[in-house]
Amino acid sequence: MQDTAHAAHQAAIHTVSYLRWIPLLPLIGAAINGLGGAWIQKHLGKKVIGGIACAMPLLGFLLSLRAFFQLAGLDPAERTLLDTMFPWIHVGNLNVDVAFQVDPLTAVMILIITGVGGLIHIYSTGYMHDEPAYWRYFAYLNLFTFAMLTLVMGDNLLIMFVGWEGVGLCSYALIGFWYSEWANASAGSKAFIVNRVGDFGFMCATFLLFWSLADVGHPTLLFREIAEYGPLLEGHMFWGVSTVTLITMLMFVGATGKSAQIPLYVWLPDAMAGPTPVSALIHAATMVTAGVYMIARLNVLFGMAPATGAVIATVGAATAFFAATIGTTQFDIKKVLAYSTVSQLGFMFIAMGVGAYATGVFHLMTHAFFKACLFLGSGSVIHAMHHEQDMRKMGGLKKWMPYTYATYLISTLAIAGIPPFSGFFSKDEILWKAFSSGHQFVWFVAVCAAALTAFYMFRSVYMTFDGENRSDEHTREHLHESPFSMTVPLMVLASLAALAGFLNVPHALFGDARFDAWLAPVLEHGGGHAGGHGDAHGGGHHVEVIEYVLMVLSIAVAAAGIFVARAMYKTGSMSPDRLTGLAGGKPYRTVFNKYYVDEFYDATVIRGTLALTRVSAWFDTNIVDGIVNGAAWVVRMASAFNGLVDRYVVDGAVNGVATVTSLVGGRVRRLQTGNINAYLYVAVIAVVGMMVARMW
Amino acid sequence: MMEIGLSHFLVVSTIVFLAGMFCVLTRRNAIGILMGVELILNSANLNYLAFARYSSVGYDGQMFAIFVIMLAAAEAAIGLAIVLGIYQTFHTIDVEATDTLRL
Repeated sequence: MQDTAHAAHQAAIHTVSYLRWIPLLPLIGAAINGLGGAWIQKHLGKKVIGGIACAMPLLGFLLSLRAFFQLAGLDPAERTLLDTMFPWIHVGNLNVDVAFQVDPLTAVMILIITGVGGLIHIYSTGYMHDEPAYWRYFAYLNLFTFAMLTLVMGDNLLIMFVGWEGVGLCSYALIGFWYSEWANASAGSKAFIVNRVGDFGFMCATFLLFWSLADVGHPTLLFREIAEYGPLLEGHMFWGVSTVTLITMLMFVGATGKSAQIPLYVWLPDAMAGPTPVSALIHAATMVTAGVYMIARLNVLFGMAPATGAVIATVGAATAFFAATIGTTQFDIKKVLAYSTVSQLGFMFIAMGVGAYATGVFHLMTHAFFKACLFLGSGSVIHAMHHEQDMRKMGGLKKWMPYTYATYLISTLAIAGIPPFSGFFSKDEILWKAFSSGHQFVWFVAVCAAALTAFYMFRSVYMTFDGENRSDEHTREHLHESPFSMTVPLMVLASLAALAGFLNVPHALFGDARFDAWLAPVLEHGGGHAGGHGDAHGGGHHVEVIEYVLMVLSIAVAAAGIFVARAMYKTGSMSPDRLTGLAGGKPYRTVFNKYYVDEFYDATVIRGTLALTRVSAWFDTNIVDGIVNGAAWVVRMASAFNGLVDRYVVDGAVNGVATVTSLVGGRVRRLQTGNINAYLYVAVIAVVGMMVARMW
Repeated sequence: MMEIGLSHFLVVSTIVFLAGMFCVLTRRNAIGILMGVELILNSANLNYLAFARYSSVGYDGQMFAIFVIMLAAAEAAIGLAIVLGIYQTFHTIDVEATDTLRL
């Protein structure tokens, strides 16, 4: 029985050989621009650099489309393409190949990465036009794309880990791109170090997963085999804890690092130090989605660990809410978007936590569109404002930048959850899944976060594009709409942000949830899911009245958020000071200073680490060095004693023998006169003596 | 007339031996010493032959005497060669001046 199942499983994989080029093309681009970029830029010009860099992800996008259509032409159960490049690690019972696979989930991811990533590349050619290190920027950008594609296309955890580390490295390089300023360089380091904390969890989870799968007889790190054998871990215990719960918790620690969740979200707002397109790439299309993707990829394991699911949903809700509150107080346009990203990622994790994986991935996709558009729009504004990021110095920009304004507004409507824009469908679906799976408190927090999202996003729109212009004369004279290389990607992304929601119209709105159905082969393996994910699909598309109630409610809170933002920042009928002045302004200052989390980490983790290093240094100089020096002293004393023994006993004996010999020799030598006559006298006397003695 | 017997030979050989001994002990000339040694060897030969003649041991004494003569010849040859060597080195053959084996 199992054999036939296994054979069917094998047959479901279609081997192709073009998948490898999807990640390899950006790598080649990175190699060309990274190694020969300086020469190309000097002799052939920036256009060649940008052309190479943009061509790679766009070619990758075409290949991704090909993979997508090939998958679409297959039977849903057989939708897996595999491209094995070469064997990698075959040690003991660990068999890992360098292999790329594309299934419906990966197809969505690579289309987002190469599509949105490609648009960001094109946009960058305009945005970074005056950058001297143009080639270095595009080499990093391509490398980033490569790493992210590796992450999502790897058919096993180790390849995924290569990409996982790769995006961490590239984020470090890109956030600290303008490294000559200390703040930028340290922001890059911060992203890298905070991510390392998460990576530690990811690695531990990988080891534990491999070990426990070996324990139940199927040592493997391949995703499709994990999906197949994962259920065998049911009931497996490790140190008295369910192994699956432990693995998934550790995986989630990794995800909090990459996807910027509490408590490891602190790197993301600082990551704004990088060029704005980089922020778009990191926060929309690539890096931060890694944690969400990883949970979706290992949904079999997460489905078996309801405790982890509850933790994820709780952390997601908390992150969504806290980041949203911080977002309401920021004046830096990119910081607002950064906290918005953290908040939206929180929404995705709510979906992951309640077992609505397809919904989470759907929100990942819509978020990729509208957040990329928002970041690029803010980049367009910053470009026009001569790198001014403070919204208090903007205002009224819609007069100068109509395209940027229109696209920014569409994306803002999408993120605020106003129908029919994409964010409405994905966010509302998350809220409904959270509510229907029994996480009412999570739902409540998430609705509050959604209201805040609408508020702070429209606050940024009104402050930036509406009202009087507050910039100085010089900047105002130079205000201009960005070139086509920047506005065209904005328009594409804005239309996607507006329309992508129709990919997954829920059954409640007489849609057919095509996106959920597309992902179903990957995300609905066993049916042992936590939460009410099965409700929408398994229960014959059963629709409850309360779903409509909640839908209207979430639109209402979004509208309320927009209304308050309008009242405060456009019409002025409501003064923000009334809120900021509450309780002596203390709550406002706390939120404005991001709840002092950075200061808290500085006081605890960083100072703790530094104190530990000082203790270690003291221990090193006083104890370790003391032991070493003590040992040296003992050895010196022993050798000194040994020297004395040598000098007086051994040498004394040797010299004594020599002295005695010499003395004796000195005496005996007298006998040897060398005078033959004397010898003869002695001989004669001796003979005579002997004769006399004989005769006696 | 007293018949010549063993005692006479022994007396003669003793006289020769003492003469040789005296010569060896008193001479400072290396060649003189060698001559004294010859006398001593010959006195020994006399003893061998006398005892061989007056006892019944056969020809053993004569045999030894021939050996001694041969030995004396060899000794004289080597001795004279050494003396020549000494002379070449020290420009003298005075044995009291040549009491070292080195320069």
